[in-house]
Amino acid sequence: MLFWLEIVINVVFSYLASVGLALTINVPHRALNFSGISGVVGWMAYWFCFRAGMGRMLSNLLGAFLIGILSLFFARIKKCPVMVFNIPALVPLVPGMPAYQAVRALIVGDYPHGQELILRVAIVTGAIGIGFLLSTMCIEAFYKIKNGHLKKLQLYMKKKR
Amino acid sequence: MSDKKDTQFYQEVLDICLTAGRLMIEGGSEMYRVEDTMMRIAKNAGVDDPRVFATPTCVFMSLDGGDLSQMKQIRDRNINLELVDRVNNLSRKFAAKKINLQELRQQIIQVTNAPSFPMWIQVVGAAVLSATLMVLFMDDYDWIDFPGAALVGAVGFWAYCKFKKYTKVRFLSELVAAMIMGLLAIGLNYLDHEMIIDNILIGALMTLVPGLALTNALRDLFMGDLLSGIVRMFEAALSALALGGGVGLVLKFVGA
Repeated sequence: MLFWLEIVINVVFSYLASVGLALTINVPHRALNFSGISGVVGWMAYWFCFRAGMGRMLSNLLGAFLIGILSLFFARIKKCPVMVFNIPALVPLVPGMPAYQAVRALIVGDYPHGQELILRVAIVTGAIGIGFLLSTMCIEAFYKIKNGHLKKLQLYMKKKR
Repeated sequence: MSDKKDTQFYQEVLDICLTAGRLMIEGGSEMYRVEDTMMRIAKNAGVDDPRVFATPTCVFMSLDGGDLSQMKQIRDRNINLELVDRVNNLSRKFAAKKINLQELRQQIIQVTNAPSFPMWIQVVGAAVLSATLMVLFMDDYDWIDFPGAALVGAVGFWAYCKFKKYTKVRFLSELVAAMIMGLLAIGLNYLDHEMIIDNILIGALMTLVPGLALTNALRDLFMGDLLSGIVRMFEAALSALALGGGVGLVLKFVGA
């Protein structure tokens, strides 16, 4: 398959998948499109990083980080709760597939493979959680600096003049 | 101790806050947001020292320095973000003094029957989700499994929604939906041997998979709500077990 065609398919399908989940969990109308957009950004970040050989954990972390920042940004524009944007956007990243495969391996009796998959679920979930925390921290720090220190700096400059 | 008029006022505030908290938890919100919203409503109504504690199964709140305290139990938890959004909007309006306490009370009662997408749109959403995610995950772009995953995902989601009304045990309805999905996938594989059962099931199960609950649980844990984080994590593990178990049972019996 051609590389650019793969990119096009990934972009379109991640958008469709995010909007599809948004429909099933009853997201408000005005947020549908934006949740799709943040889904595309998160999945493409993950996809490119994984292709570049950065490993599963780091690429999931970066994807979740970008989704977190984008959805916090959208939440401020649209005045919705943050989860409205990041839950649909997370669907492609979330470790649903290894979770299912792990349970199935355990049922079939393939214990080593099952344990490996459970460990993978734990690692990916942890990476996503840490990515979110980092994005929340960054946005908070950004607004604190913007509202606090910059204003102080401006006042200081005015006094000096 | 407060006098009688105060007691009535406190009772009203408690009622509103508990209803708001219950609705948000039923919509699948994070705990810190629930607690924050309840605190905000109480503080904007003019109560000095509200105390709130929320878990996925129960909300506690006390006012008037602990003299008046109530709780509300929560039985069903699913994800319905429209509820969270509406309650959030109402509390925002109340904070901006656009509505008073009486109007807030009336409108919060109306939130309970907030509109949701009609069933067929949700089923179409499930079909799109499972077909596209199958391609994204498997990364081999085989277009034979594409309609198969869409069909299985849609039917499975529909069965889950229908069966949910007959039983109170969420675990059971997930098990039945997974069994139906497994049977359908095996049937499709029987009709056309080009279709791979694993690919179809991985796509289709993503409509029900508890990965979102898992990440939400982790976020609760990191935020310091240890109790609700552990409860949610266990719930997610249970439903993963239900999904895998249903599919595994069918595959073991029918054989494939």
